Amino acid sequence: MSTAASWLRRNLFSSWASALATLTILYLAWALLPPFLEWALVKAIWWAQDSKACRDLQGAGACWAFITEKHRFIIFGTYPYEQHWRPGVASALLIALWCVSVLRTFWRWWLSLVWVAGLALIAMLMWGGVLGLTYVENERWGGLILTLLLATFGSAFAFPLAVLLALGRRSRLPAVRAVCVGYIELVRGVPLISLLFMASVMLPLFLPEGLTIDKLLRAQIALILFAAAYLAEVVRGGLQAVSHHQYEAAEALGLGYWKRTLFVILPQALRYAIAPLVNTFIGLFKDTSLVVIIGLFDLLTSLKVSLQEPAWTGFGVEAYLFAAAVYFLFCWAMSVYSQGLERDLARDGAPRLLRGA
Amino acid sequence: MKRLIPLAAGAALLCAGTAFAQGTLEAVQKKGFVQCGVSTGLAGFSQPDSKGVWKGLDVDVCRAIAAAVFGDATKVRYTPLTAQQRFTALQSGEVDLLARNTTWTVTRDTSLGLNFVGVNFYDGQGFMVPKKLNVKSAKQLKGATVCVQPGTTTELNLSDYFRANGMTFKPVVIEKLEEVTNAYFSGRCDVFTTDVSGLVSVRGSRAPNPNDHVILPEVISKEPLGPAVRHGDDKWFDIVKWSMYAMIEAEEMGLSSKTIDQAGSSKDPAVQRFIGASGDIGKMLGVDNKWAANIVRQIGNYGESFEANLKPLGFERGLNQLWTKGGILYSPPLR
Amino acid sequence: MRRGLVLQVALVAALAAIVGFLAWNTAHNLESRRIASGFAFLWREAGFEIGERTLFAYSAADSYFRALAVGLANTFRVAAIGILLATVLGTLLGLARLAPNWLLAKLASAYVEVMRNVPLLVQLFFWYAIISEVLPGPREALNPLPGVFLSNRGIAFPLPGSSPELSGFNFTGGASLSPEFAALLVGLVTYTAAFIAEIVRAGILSVPRGQFEAAESLGLGRRDAMRQVILPQALRMIVPPLTSQYLNLTKNSSLAVAIGYPDLVSIANTTINQTGQAIEGIAIIMAVYLTISLSISAFMNWYNRGVALKGLRR
Repeated sequence: MSTAASWLRRNLFSSWASALATLTILYLAWALLPPFLEWALVKAIWWAQDSKACRDLQGAGACWAFITEKHRFIIFGTYPYEQHWRPGVASALLIALWCVSVLRTFWRWWLSLVWVAGLALIAMLMWGGVLGLTYVENERWGGLILTLLLATFGSAFAFPLAVLLALGRRSRLPAVRAVCVGYIELVRGVPLISLLFMASVMLPLFLPEGLTIDKLLRAQIALILFAAAYLAEVVRGGLQAVSHHQYEAAEALGLGYWKRTLFVILPQALRYAIAPLVNTFIGLFKDTSLVVIIGLFDLLTSLKVSLQEPAWTGFGVEAYLFAAAVYFLFCWAMSVYSQGLERDLARDGAPRLLRGA
Repeated sequence: MKRLIPLAAGAALLCAGTAFAQGTLEAVQKKGFVQCGVSTGLAGFSQPDSKGVWKGLDVDVCRAIAAAVFGDATKVRYTPLTAQQRFTALQSGEVDLLARNTTWTVTRDTSLGLNFVGVNFYDGQGFMVPKKLNVKSAKQLKGATVCVQPGTTTELNLSDYFRANGMTFKPVVIEKLEEVTNAYFSGRCDVFTTDVSGLVSVRGSRAPNPNDHVILPEVISKEPLGPAVRHGDDKWFDIVKWSMYAMIEAEEMGLSSKTIDQAGSSKDPAVQRFIGASGDIGKMLGVDNKWAANIVRQIGNYGESFEANLKPLGFERGLNQLWTKGGILYSPPLR
Repeated sequence: MRRGLVLQVALVAALAAIVGFLAWNTAHNLESRRIASGFAFLWREAGFEIGERTLFAYSAADSYFRALAVGLANTFRVAAIGILLATVLGTLLGLARLAPNWLLAKLASAYVEVMRNVPLLVQLFFWYAIISEVLPGPREALNPLPGVFLSNRGIAFPLPGSSPELSGFNFTGGASLSPEFAALLVGLVTYTAAFIAEIVRAGILSVPRGQFEAAESLGLGRRDAMRQVILPQALRMIVPPLTSQYLNLTKNSSLAVAIGYPDLVSIANTTINQTGQAIEGIAIIMAVYLTISLSISAFMNWYNRGVALKGLRR
């Protein structure tokens, strides 16, 4: 009892200001939480045949029935209805791949083989055309799997490009350095949305007549080029954290530039940079939502299209809360993981230089 | 050696490019489907339903082309395009045709490198206001806040109308229809302007109480909406144009998806020509001679498409009735 | 060394080849598709109205150039106010996370977690839905303070010499903030503040513990110690990442296009739509943002040199 009282005194009422803050927060919670819970839970409608029941509420309760009614379209987009199990399995597979990859016990060379196999399987599921699966063109892919794929391939392809750019930025060759600095600063200086516009309306004009690149692929390219510039700066931070002695020692061993970089410097640099790298991946995951502006059917787009069906308009607040919850779940998991990893690595002796980078 | 790689890559790209430099029809036949540019979601014109299947009046144009070229209306792939992307997507060859409720204007026809094939929906711009504001004419809208979608002819007509009448207004521009109507019904704007058909459907389907809103008598513009193709490919232009007209002609002839299979017994030579039993209209277009019959069998005539897609939203036929029934839909003769 | 030279020549040649190839394609495509090009359109009449104007007078009869200038001024307005407010809120949150009050610290960290892990675009849509759906119309406007009116047309407040009055459809007189501006500002500020809070917290934690103790032994109170000893030192750690947050906020303001605030990107978007000149439009957007980014980072570098420890300067 007394421990509880002393805890309260120490943590909530240590001074007048602190006591005031505590009381204000408690008052606000008392004033705001009940009406919100009443709207979100008590008076909310979870199942409904049509939107009439929701409309009759006149906003007194949330209409989660919108989500339950439309969940398949929101999650799978325009993918053929009877084939929804395919993107479903593919999404699960992709998430499983991520989960396996974050465990340090699995950080072995064969993990890359697992990824190649996994992605091949996902491609097979999504496209079909083999083993009796009907072919589904990628214009019809949509919803959650599109968000996941954009983020996954975005990271997968941006990463090697970023390493090259970071190495180039630290190169001794002035032309290489200039090109890399120019690229990184150019891309980081403009908003992602302008790159997406460029990919969606300008790129087709750059290509030879008759040659077209798929809209999805164009957006993916823009995301890769964008993410690479940001990742490159993180990798550069890692490279800078590697001690000079390591460079010198590797040189003394008579290793050439690539051997030196690949086998001595990069493994250490990337290890230092893991936590900020994960943060950049979280950023990329959130940024995929911008493809709604160029009309790609990701999670946010399919949600907005669902809102357009006349019967279900006007439930935007519910819809966006749902979207926020989905994105939060993924990003928060990644961020908790990155914090844990950061602690582990710090304990294992990596320098704490990059915290918060 | 290293310098040769990008050049070789460039050369390879160029080859790929020239391989495609042929007529759209040949390219479509070769790849086996029609790539159709549609909106990202406009109820009645092009919108995916809960199962993800595209439906709408514009979507039916796409399907009609596929039925004419392949005899199979399902051989279409849809590219959802924003207003900003629609013209470049067509110009660059990303889509084979644009069926995206696009207004035919002279600027677009001449300076954007595209050709409109005709009109599949006649419309005009109007204003909707809440009844409680007690406005009787658009001339009373001085100083009003107006909800409008940007980058459209609607936005330009709106400015023109207020300038012509010496009035000021405050625009609220929102690109997505769903959001712009929400903004109006929530009271963000006094006035909502778009094509009259759109106003009717929005009022009928989205207003909490449709009787609380009035559509003002002024119609301030002509909005002929129609499909467009790339400039300079006359053969493809013809196919798209006549596929669209075939649906109108079928309604005029009284042919529908239900009656088309009995049409073979008709004595009317025009019907015989239409279904390809006589004459060679299909051959002249470069497609199967039963092209028109395929369109009607698989999609239906214009009236059926209208009934299925626009009627449920509260649209009236109005101008989009056949010329024989008081509208202005008029197909040149198929002979 | 020779290999290095060959590599560089190869890189430059490859880049030149790619750029040349793309430029040739573009020129060819524009010509063969009869698409207009060049910047002459800038001087043509825009023909559309803009809902909000900062600095410039504008009407539909003005040129595209002027319309874009209005858009740019709107971008600057939301970015400048946003940076100011985000800095204040972010600093408060960062301090709150370190506060001895358990409830306050937890609340602040929950806020930071939620804001950082939900895409800004989703937040913007959410705020706009809230503002335009919850507040009443102008005729039933809330009147919390004399002369201040809160409605779904935004906030109208008095200026010296003129106060807002309901006339006709809307408030006239005084000054007002539109709902689009408010939603964008709230979204940008609450989102960026979460990142700034983290930066501030990390900056303060980076100040060695001995400094707190030294300040305490000098007899300074917690507030004075913070203000006079800790913050000036933390500032050196804070400024570089803060710069990039300011840049992010400015770039993120381009999401205005999604909720209808007429910023540069939104106006350029409309321009592209009407003229069909996508390349020129996007080039303008990119050039402007690049200029802003480079100037902000140049300014911050200069400032940074000012706050850096004199002895550590190289």
